[in-house]
Amino acid sequence: MTAVIKVKKKNREFLLKTEEMSGEHITMCEQCGICTTSCPMTEDMDISPASIIHLVQIGDEGVLDSTAIWLCASCYTCTVRCPRGIDLSAITEALRQQTLRKSIDYIDINSIDRKELEELPAIALVSALRKYTS
Amino acid sequence: MKKFPYYPGCTLKQAATHFGESAIASAKAADIELVEIPRWNCCGAVSSLTSDDLMHHVAPIRNLVRVQEMNQEGLVDNEYDLIVFCSMCFNVLKRSNERVREDPEMLKTINQFMDTEQDYEAKVNVVHFLETLKEIGWNKIERQVKKPLKGLKISAYYGCTLLRPRGIGIDDPEAPTIMDDFIRAMGAEPVSNPYKSLCCGSYHTVGDNKELVADRTYKIVNAARENGAEMIITSCPLCAYNLDNRQKETKEKYPEFKQMPVIYFTQIMALATGMEDRAGFNGNYIDSRPLLREHGFLEG
Amino acid sequence: MTEEEKNMITVHIMGKAHEVPAGLTIMKAMEYAGYQFIRGSGCRAGFCGACATVYRLAGEYKLRTALACQTAAEDGMFLTQLPFVPANRQEYHVAEIEPGPGTLAEYFPEITRCVSCNTCTKSCPQDLDVMDYIQMSIRGDFEAVSKLSFDCIQCGLCVARCPAEISHYHVAQLARRLYGKYQSPVPQHLMTRLEEIEAGKFDEAISELKSLNATELEERYTAREIEKIERGEVMDE
Repeated sequence: MTAVIKVKKKNREFLLKTEEMSGEHITMCEQCGICTTSCPMTEDMDISPASIIHLVQIGDEGVLDSTAIWLCASCYTCTVRCPRGIDLSAITEALRQQTLRKSIDYIDINSIDRKELEELPAIALVSALRKYTS
Repeated sequence: MKKFPYYPGCTLKQAATHFGESAIASAKAADIELVEIPRWNCCGAVSSLTSDDLMHHVAPIRNLVRVQEMNQEGLVDNEYDLIVFCSMCFNVLKRSNERVREDPEMLKTINQFMDTEQDYEAKVNVVHFLETLKEIGWNKIERQVKKPLKGLKISAYYGCTLLRPRGIGIDDPEAPTIMDDFIRAMGAEPVSNPYKSLCCGSYHTVGDNKELVADRTYKIVNAARENGAEMIITSCPLCAYNLDNRQKETKEKYPEFKQMPVIYFTQIMALATGMEDRAGFNGNYIDSRPLLREHGFLEG
Repeated sequence: MTEEEKNMITVHIMGKAHEVPAGLTIMKAMEYAGYQFIRGSGCRAGFCGACATVYRLAGEYKLRTALACQTAAEDGMFLTQLPFVPANRQEYHVAEIEPGPGTLAEYFPEITRCVSCNTCTKSCPQDLDVMDYIQMSIRGDFEAVSKLSFDCIQCGLCVARCPAEISHYHVAQLARRLYGKYQSPVPQHLMTRLEEIEAGKFDEAISELKSLNATELEERYTAREIEKIERGEVMDE
């Protein structure tokens, strides 16, 4: 059986943009939920990984305001388990980038305690600033 | 000793020199001379995942160009296997390498952008040192062990970037064994841990989400202890920081939490192959030396 | 066409075409065209870094950078001055810092945003390996940063071009200060001279100078002995 998702034209643009940026075929997702049960961050997220995909499928830009897309740390657990071969970590990256590319940072580096900045290994700062700042 | 190009990565030169130093010692024990890439640059630590972003692939590819130069300049002899120890650097370098191999147009664009460098010919293979050891053969590695770590119970923590995604990772992402084979080769006893590849929280250690990291450290270290482990080994400096240094925050949040040494696999290898002076045991937050002394692997 | 007209070139200053004689530096060409430097000019000898210029040559897409006092104006050049770059500066007291591998990232965490694009190196009018020293600053290697950045004149062009918004020259300056104070070997001749000063060796000469009036000081200055050294010769310590 083929499921059909009807999306309004203006919402479709958001879906298509996210598909293009992530390089993932997002409408392939059938909402099985393996990503949600596999994700090590689910318990701390406001919406589940499967919901992230669902909201993108219906073109709901509200997903950009979720904390869930920022909690995804690209651990690729969902990526290796998705029965449809979808890389959700690429989708969350595409969603984060839609905010970052407007020059809106997720964290303010200057608000981080000086002593902590000194103690953090380079690998932590490099990766955090890549993921959190534009 | 065979010479291989070597990419240390920033943290092995900065906050985790005990990883860098023990890495060089471990390679020596495996009859390998590591030749550090001249003028290497930071790989970026995390791979860029959007299809239209080429900029963040420039850094990894520039390092691979340097490997070409090393061959031209005779620093290594026709050796394109680039050895990496840091899991995150390994993942980033390998992913960018695979991407430009699959996409010649992308490679062309990056080459054109890097107009101060020679073109990258996509000949380099990015290899993790654990793969190198496996290829040499665990039996042969075992023969280099001068001080078998008999009776030491170690839990392997693989983390994310050594295993995933498929095609980049060095072992089965769901049931990895490579680090357990390594532990056996060192004469120690591998202890299974259901959370051996659970994300430690990664870069969320920066900023206001430290508690999230402390929670995962609690889970991972406790599971290791429940299964009888006395220490944890890893190959990722970010995992190491989170699982080792963040035990401070973990203990603050969970007062009953029992701390456990978390060290680099190369520190174990330096110790077992008789180079404990290069193992850098003073570099970890939770000191592993009392445990190693108890077992009689260290004097004093 | 007269001989003089033949030797004229056209330069576009902030979009406006001007005829100027060939062979002038960019700075002189701008002055010839009628611009007066209030900012953006200093030593006129390539040392002070005040006259950062961005230009493009006719027929090229590349934005090039230079010091206006050190670069010849060329026919068809499009150019503008960049008298100041509002780069991130940090306040610190060198004596209170305990330098460690993370110190530079503590004051300038944005260094870890470097994408290794090499644009800074390409923009440096001093031909420094700017990207390389930023890489060394991520690793906390003060000595390498100091040596690689030693000839920096702080013109700010690297900062203006950087996509990661790094303040290269301020990072390098902090590294050099910390290297100089805490890590580089102590120069023996300096220590000897300091001991001499403390022992009062120059007290008499200094108080004599202090007693002179302006005219006498001027005379002394004009008559001062200048040590003559030959080109290539090294002055004794």
